Amino acid sequence: MANISHTTEAVSTNLMARALREAFYAGLIALGLFVLFVGLKTDQNILNELVLVQRWGLLATFVALAMVGRFLAVAYVRPWLEARKAAKAAAPVVEREAGFVARNFNLLAIVALIAYPLVMVAVFGFQGSLKWVDNFGIQILIYVLLAWGLNIVVGLAGLLDLGYVAFYAVGAYSYALLSSYLGLSFWLLLPIAGVLAALWGTILGFPVLRLKGDYLAIVTLAFGEIIRLVLINWTEVTKGTFGISGIAKASVFGIWSFDISAANNFAKAFGLPMSSAYYKIFLFYLALALCMLAAFVTIRLRRMPIGRAWEALREDEIACRSLGINTVTTKLTAFATGAMFGGIAGSFFAVRQGFVSPESFVFLESAIILAIVVLGGMGSLVGIAVAATVMIGGTELLREMNFLKQIFGPDFTPELYRMLIFGLAMIVVMVWKPRGFVGSREPTAFLRERKSVSGSFTKEGHG
Amino acid sequence: MALETDTMTKDPILKVEHLSMRFGGLMAINDLSFEAYRGDITALIGPNGAGKTTVFNCITGFYKPTMGMITLRQKAGKEYLLERMSDYEVNRDAKVARTFQNIRLFSGLTVLENLLVAQHNKLMLASGYTILGLLGFPTYKAAVGESIERAKYWLDKANLTDRADDPAGDLPYGAQRRLEIARAMCTGPEFLCLDEPAAGLNPRESLALNELLRSIRKDTDTSILLIEHDMSVVMEISDHVVVLEYGQKISDGNPDYVKHDPKVIAAYLGVEDDEVEEVIEQIEEIAPGETH
Repeated sequence: MANISHTTEAVSTNLMARALREAFYAGLIALGLFVLFVGLKTDQNILNELVLVQRWGLLATFVALAMVGRFLAVAYVRPWLEARKAAKAAAPVVEREAGFVARNFNLLAIVALIAYPLVMVAVFGFQGSLKWVDNFGIQILIYVLLAWGLNIVVGLAGLLDLGYVAFYAVGAYSYALLSSYLGLSFWLLLPIAGVLAALWGTILGFPVLRLKGDYLAIVTLAFGEIIRLVLINWTEVTKGTFGISGIAKASVFGIWSFDISAANNFAKAFGLPMSSAYYKIFLFYLALALCMLAAFVTIRLRRMPIGRAWEALREDEIACRSLGINTVTTKLTAFATGAMFGGIAGSFFAVRQGFVSPESFVFLESAIILAIVVLGGMGSLVGIAVAATVMIGGTELLREMNFLKQIFGPDFTPELYRMLIFGLAMIVVMVWKPRGFVGSREPTAFLRERKSVSGSFTKEGHG
Repeated sequence: MALETDTMTKDPILKVEHLSMRFGGLMAINDLSFEAYRGDITALIGPNGAGKTTVFNCITGFYKPTMGMITLRQKAGKEYLLERMSDYEVNRDAKVARTFQNIRLFSGLTVLENLLVAQHNKLMLASGYTILGLLGFPTYKAAVGESIERAKYWLDKANLTDRADDPAGDLPYGAQRRLEIARAMCTGPEFLCLDEPAAGLNPRESLALNELLRSIRKDTDTSILLIEHDMSVVMEISDHVVVLEYGQKISDGNPDYVKHDPKVIAAYLGVEDDEVEEVIEQIEEIAPGETH
């Protein structure tokens, strides 16, 4: 007994000694690294002379931080992690029954989304709910729709498309131009925008079909830029960088309008006080309906031969061709279907903003949509919706964090850091879950039981 | 030659005439002509680099041959010139299916899904090119049921029914080989090309493969062309063997004939050209009468 306590004591003193030693080394390295960066600073004085400012106190803080951090990591954090790992390995694996929330996640999410605007109105009042319904609700839903569209191209068919925002732009400008010049209604233009975007998807698809992987990505990237540059430079039609403003609002199937001057104004018809919140709430439900439709179509398509061919294409293109699948038309349909979703999202974006300009369709948008698809888990609708909520909602939420000003001083503007945090969050998620939030794949057909396919078997596609 | 009288009675399904394939300065196949007969298992053998897989790729449309004609005659009498068709048309229209030397399964799809993808063209038609299927027409549901029945039939044949809902990439090697053959059979081929189906199999898996191939020959009217290194497989199941060396045919006939052909022995054992005569003499001594 005494022997055992003696050995543990020895181990712990050993550990402490090592921790102190490593802390000392870490401090030494930190000193070497920071002595010139932090300890000395060049500055200009009033006479415009270069002077050397010595900041030994700050340097000491840096070194002390490194030493304390290293000491804590070696002495406490690492043994704790090891102990936890050992405990985990020792504990028997228990098959846990999925909880109520996990089993009914989709249903609960839809119910929550339907109730969302009503709850927001109840909590913040009509005017106060605007921000929550519009900036959070509608914007996230637009990104969900876009990401689900890109999911067909990237997640299912495995074709890396970096210019997806082009189809978003085609949809938005289709609505903006056709409604301003021809006065067509939103309900007519929504499908037209989808069809036009699909047409452009096919036009893009043709030349890039023989390309694969990186080459395909570069060409789609170029295509996205071409569309944006055309929008900027074709000033007679698109008004260039000024953009198109005063785009007509959507109406409730032409029965009630949201124009204040119109006779059939929604608020007037129901004798409600005037507010722009009704329009936003209407748009929210419209966006939700479009997303539900997109999800329904995607789920259905996956069970169609074309959907299986897309996934097969992602897994192995040569095998597809050996089975008599025309990979050219299969890729084209993937491009066109994805583009159609993007076009519909674009026309919805135009109607929500009332203003479109090429500024909204820069490469960064494509990158964000692609990031959402990858983070969510390629091919998974639920994962992508969660990723869109976290990413778009998270960056929006940063705008709201005014209390951070009290910590970091009044000059601190949290929204300037949102891209930095967005990037950090992506790295963390990718390290923690390399296949995205939902890495597994649901099979489209089964004989006995539906077993989801682990992400380690699915491929990312090379086309 | 005994071979000539044999072929007169048989109906060729595939006729390869004067096939040549040049890759830059390399003549991978040089003026190759052979026939495969309906209902037979034809084996294409030869040392490494003899051009066997190139012949396969020419037949299945993955390569466009530099010269030559490849004619496939279906049971109904329709003829296809395979060298003029693109790879997917060779399968879709001419009904030629193939497998690959390095297995090409859809590893992230389940075994059943692999077999459903193989029935793509039939299902595509039944789903009205997706539109009727999206609207939930009953014709599509019926077609899917039929396809699953067909998949079940081949799962049973390949002894994979228990693994139907597992991802294809999770199967052991031998099972993956059988699945690839089952998948090719699900396209409903008249002519099946197998590229080294027994490569890397253990003896038990090899036996299961032979059984599957025999049952394909017995129960369907699919003719088989196979590339194989494993001589026990070739000699046991094939009816007709074509031997290639350096892109040229050096022997053609039944397994017994080929086995004793001095040219084949020379090609496999690596004998100098001037020693060939010597080898022939030696064979004559060992097995008189068997060489022709």
